[in-house]
Order: sequence, then structure tokens, then C-alpha cells
Amino acid sequence: MRPSIAFAAIRLLESAGYTVVVPDTQTCCGQPGYNAGDRAAARALARKLIAEFESFPHVVAPSGSCAGTVKVHYAELFADDPAWRARAEALAEKTFELTQFLVDVAGVSTVPGTFSGSVTYHDCCSGLRELGVKAQPRALMDSLPGVRRVEMRDCEECCGFGGLFSVKYPDISGAIVQRKCESIRGSGAYAVALGDLGCMMNIEGRLRRSGDELTEVIHIAELLAGPAGEGG
Amino acid sequence: MEIRSMHFVERVRQRLDDDELQRNLKRTRGRNAASRAAAVAAFPDFDAVRQRATEIRRSVLRDLDVWLERFEAKATERGATVLWARDGEHACELIADIAKRHGVRTVVKSKSMVSEEAGLNAALEAAGVRPVETDLGEYILQINDNEPPSHIIMPVIHKSKEQVSELFARVHGTPPKTDIEALTHEARAVLRPEFLGADMGLSGGNFLIAETGSVAIVTNEGNGRLCTTLPRVHVALTGIEKVIPTLEDLSTLLRILPRSATGQALTNYVSMLTGPKHAGDPDGPEHMYFVLVDGGRADLLGSEFEDMLRCIRCGACMNHCPVYQTVGGHAYGWVYPGPMGSVLTPLYQGLEKAKDLPHAATLCNQCGVVCPVSIPLPELMRRLREKQVECGLRPWSERLALRAWAWVAGRPKLYALASRVGVRYLRWLAGGRDRIQVMGLAPGWTAQRDFPAPAAQTFRELHAARQAAKRQGGAR
Repeated sequence: MRPSIAFAAIRLLESAGYTVVVPDTQTCCGQPGYNAGDRAAARALARKLIAEFESFPHVVAPSGSCAGTVKVHYAELFADDPAWRARAEALAEKTFELTQFLVDVAGVSTVPGTFSGSVTYHDCCSGLRELGVKAQPRALMDSLPGVRRVEMRDCEECCGFGGLFSVKYPDISGAIVQRKCESIRGSGAYAVALGDLGCMMNIEGRLRRSGDELTEVIHIAELLAGPAGEGG
Repeated sequence: MEIRSMHFVERVRQRLDDDELQRNLKRTRGRNAASRAAAVAAFPDFDAVRQRATEIRRSVLRDLDVWLERFEAKATERGATVLWARDGEHACELIADIAKRHGVRTVVKSKSMVSEEAGLNAALEAAGVRPVETDLGEYILQINDNEPPSHIIMPVIHKSKEQVSELFARVHGTPPKTDIEALTHEARAVLRPEFLGADMGLSGGNFLIAETGSVAIVTNEGNGRLCTTLPRVHVALTGIEKVIPTLEDLSTLLRILPRSATGQALTNYVSMLTGPKHAGDPDGPEHMYFVLVDGGRADLLGSEFEDMLRCIRCGACMNHCPVYQTVGGHAYGWVYPGPMGSVLTPLYQGLEKAKDLPHAATLCNQCGVVCPVSIPLPELMRRLREKQVECGLRPWSERLALRAWAWVAGRPKLYALASRVGVRYLRWLAGGRDRIQVMGLAPGWTAQRDFPAPAAQTFRELHAARQAAKRQGGAR
């Protein structure tokens, strides 16, 4: 969808001094199946991801919900399988959401971004309530001289995405995201930044549908990394 | 109460289209959450008490039979009669029998959600007994043609004072008034003679205390105390899971229940009722009964849903739920709305009767975070989704789509190809614009919002190209 987000994450990690490897065979963490009640599918994809990533010292995702799936839910998926459970727990230990990794593990306090303007941050549910991502993105945003951070009302309230919820119950989802859009506009910020692609498409889609062509919706990785230089 | 949860989607649509309801929801939205937040902020021990409360409820469920027997022995020793009801219907039979035995014509009721489960009012009326709701909210609903509550502690939160005013004027034949105090006085004038004339008082029970055989009732209006002390007979109707071991445990739970519910440090009234009037007591009922209902609770013990039995009915989950706050409690179609209702309804009424409820949640976990007894509500909803899959209750189209997705996601090369094709298809749909406005494969999405058009190439394609360029550069 937005390859620029992943490249921005890579730039941030590289500028913090890390070597970034993207395993060729990675696909999906299995979250859609897990949340839809398809345990078998979720377990199969969890095994695949564990095997692909467990040899690395750190695993970083530019998404609170993907990181949350690995960090919080994989162990439960293998509750009855001690060998895989141990591997899931070991991987969970070293898996992080991007801003969480940058601040808590890498100790980053400056980032290369060049964004200029007022920004409000939407706390995506998984990052906030599963991983405790709250202060980290704000600290990094505040390190950018051009960013003026303003808080929206109810910044911790869900945007109404909820994965398949958004297409199964569009009426409810639409009403919830409408409130979120009003909170964003109410903040007066030029842009809204956030850390999950699903929420991002939901919010951007609703803003545009309701006639707001101005409010920029930007992934926190892109805000912090700035525009891609030569070679991305 | 008859279940209507199978019509969830239609019920939601009606409520979203109901402008008056939407105005009422908007007016109260966030109010309880703000009160709770203020109470928690003013109570530094909140997290520690929450942990302790969780542990009390967890441990009592491990030996529920033992605590219930201890409760029964103590309550009996103090002169009360403890009756066990298999389900709501059985509870209604037992209560109708009690009414008959004591020649009861009128019952004053304080709030009891278990009586809603059981459909007690209708059963009493059928038995020739007149039930009178005395909780102000429940009274309003009763005189509005027995409308069901939309919230477990604020049953009439979906109504405005103007609606109540119109109802009172119509039913009481008085001039309309919108001053809340005046409305309350009007209800009080109607209810006072009912308290004095009733033969039986029926209460719920927030907690049953095993060491004393008492029931604890938490109220703000004082009607609970009148119902339980004035009439000749008092019946406490509640679920078997409400027992706790000691008064010390009660004091812990009372520190967290009102704060979680309304943001109060303590409710206006906390009543402890232990047995009927004894010789020398100035007041109290001559007879006291406990009707303790199973109604699906025992089946949850030892199951993967046991955590749900910890619930102390504070309503914090619905006060913080984006879905409940959008559609209101009636959309859920049974007694219990919001996250706790989305778990309890399928468990008590049958998975197949409430298929939508566990799915009609974003799993945002606001509810789990605020639950005073740490019930992992989103996790329980997710397990119910798994149960639906196991029992073949999901539509074939959804099953097929998930199978196909899982199959492709398990094959990296195919997944890469599917992503490439998907991106190009979406860009074709967008037709050169930066968004898609009608998407046949996910009409639900574009019914409410645009779908941002994807970039021309996938990350995988671009990354592979860059890696190749780097290798070439390195080789040069």
C-alpha cells in the first residue's frame, strides 16, 4: 500500500546505527485470522514468522498492531504447545513497535525528519494499550524543531477501524471514525500522525469522504524520517 | 427477557437513524468515563485495589461451591431461606410461589438485572402480583410500556429529560415539567405510598457475603433500603457468582465498584441485609429469601470463559466502549449491553443467537483497561469468535476468504504476486485518482469512506530492486 512507510522505518533504524534485514519470505503476522477466530490459520502464520525472525537480535515493526500480535498474542496461540510457546515468548521479548524501539532500546533522541507544521498524534489502540506506546512517538516528534505538537480531544479513543470490523459493520465504524475526524479537525492541526496503517487508511478515507482535502494523514515513521533521499 | 440479538445489524441501523437517540447519546458520551478518570486520579491506591479485587473474585470462583454452601449455612442460621434457581424461569416460579405463600399483591422492586434476565415482572403479573419498579430509571421504563433498560446501572441513559417530562405528563396526568428535581419529586410522590403499601420488596444483590450470610446492596436513591426494610417479605434475587468470602473483601470491592461505575468514592447508600427482623428489632421484614440463579453461570466455571464471572456489574466497559457509545444499549438485543454483554449474551443465550455481538467490537481494549476486576473482555470476545468458527457458525463466504488469505500468506512467492496484482487492480479502480470511492470487493469500506489508492509498486518490488542495485554498486 505505502512502501514509503517501510522505507522510512529502514532509514530511521539505519540512522540509529542498525543494519536492517527484511526477510524475503515474510508475509503477514496472522493478525486478521487471529482476530477472526481462525486459530489454525493464525498459528500457521505465527510459526512461519517465528522461524523467519527468531535469529535476529531485534525485530521491529512500523505498526503497533503487528508488533502487538507478536509481542502479546503469539504466546497465547501456543498455550498448549510448550516448544513453540517458548520460541514465541523469546521472540516477543525482542519485538518492538518502531518508536518504542527507537526510544526505549536504541536511545534515540534526534531523528532526521524535516516536517514543519502543527501535528496531532492519534494513539492507535494496539500500540497504546498492548505495548504502552504513548510517550515515545511524542518525544521523537518534539525533537523535530519544525513540529508543533497539539493534542486532540480523546486522542486515545479508537478510530473505529478494528480490522474486519470496518467492513462487517461499516455503519458503526463510520460513525466512530467520524468522531475521530472531528477531534482531529478540532485540534486545528495541519496533520495527524499515527503508527498503524489500518487506522491511517480509515482516518484518511473518512476525512476525504467527508470533504476534508487538507488535513494531512502521515505515518509516524515518515514524519520522523523525512523525505527519502537518494536511493531511498 | 426475550433475546433479539440476532437482529443486531437492523437494530444498529435503526438506532443510528434515530436522531433523538443520537442527540441523547452525544450528550452523555464520555461523561461517565470522565467521572471515573477523576475518581481514579484522586485515589492513589486504585491499581493496588484493582489487583486485590481481581484476586478476591478470581479465588472465590475457584471454590464457588464451597463459598455458596457457606453462605447458605450462614444465611439460614440468621433466619433467611436460600433457594436455588436453575435459570430465570425457575427463579420466577420460586418468587411467584413465595408471593402466593405470603398473600402478596404488590411487590416494590429495587434494581435487579437478574430480574431482567428472568423476565420477572411479566411472570409476576401473570401470577396476579403487581410489580412496581422504584429505581427512578427503572420506574420511567416501566411506565413507558415496560421498555427494557439500555445500561446496567443507568437504565434510562438513552432518554432526555424532555422525553421523561412528556412521559410523566401523559402517565401521571400532570402539567409537563423539565426541572429534574421537580420530575424526581413527582416520581417520589407516586412511589412513596407504594413502598408503604407493598407486601413484598424485591432487591438485587451486588455481593453476597459468605461469612455473615448477608447481601450487600449499593444504591444512590435510597429506594433499595425502603424495598428491603418496609414490606413484610424481602426477596434478594441475584446470580450465584456474586458471593464473596468476607466483609473485609466487601470493603475492598466497595472501594472500586462506585469509582468504576459513576466515579463516586462511595454511593449514597450501602445496605447490608442479614436475615429477617429479629425479636427486638425496630424494623425489617418478617421473612427473608434469597433466590440465587445459575442461568448458565455454572457452565462457565472451569471453562475458558470463567474470567467473565468476576464481573461486578459496574458498567465501566460500556461507558468506555466506542461501539456502545455509538449505538446505545438497546441495539445489543438482550439484558446486558456493551462489551460485558457481548460476552455474556452468547454464553447465556446461545452462540447462534448472538453471532454478531463478539464481532461487533474493534477490540480496542478500552474496556479491558478500565475493568475493575481485570476481565480481558476483548480476549473473551475473540475466543467467542473462535467458538463460532469451530461450531461452523460463520458464513461460508467469510470462511472461504480467510482460507484463501491464509493459504496465500503461507506461500511467500504467491503472496508477493497477489500483492503486485492487488496493487495494480486497486490503481486501476482508482483510475489515476488518489482514492477509490466504490470498491466491489469491500463495499462496507467504501460505504463510509474512501480507500486511499496504493503506491504504484509494492514494498517488496522496490526493496528487491534496491537490494539488487546495492549489490551491483558493491560489485563495481
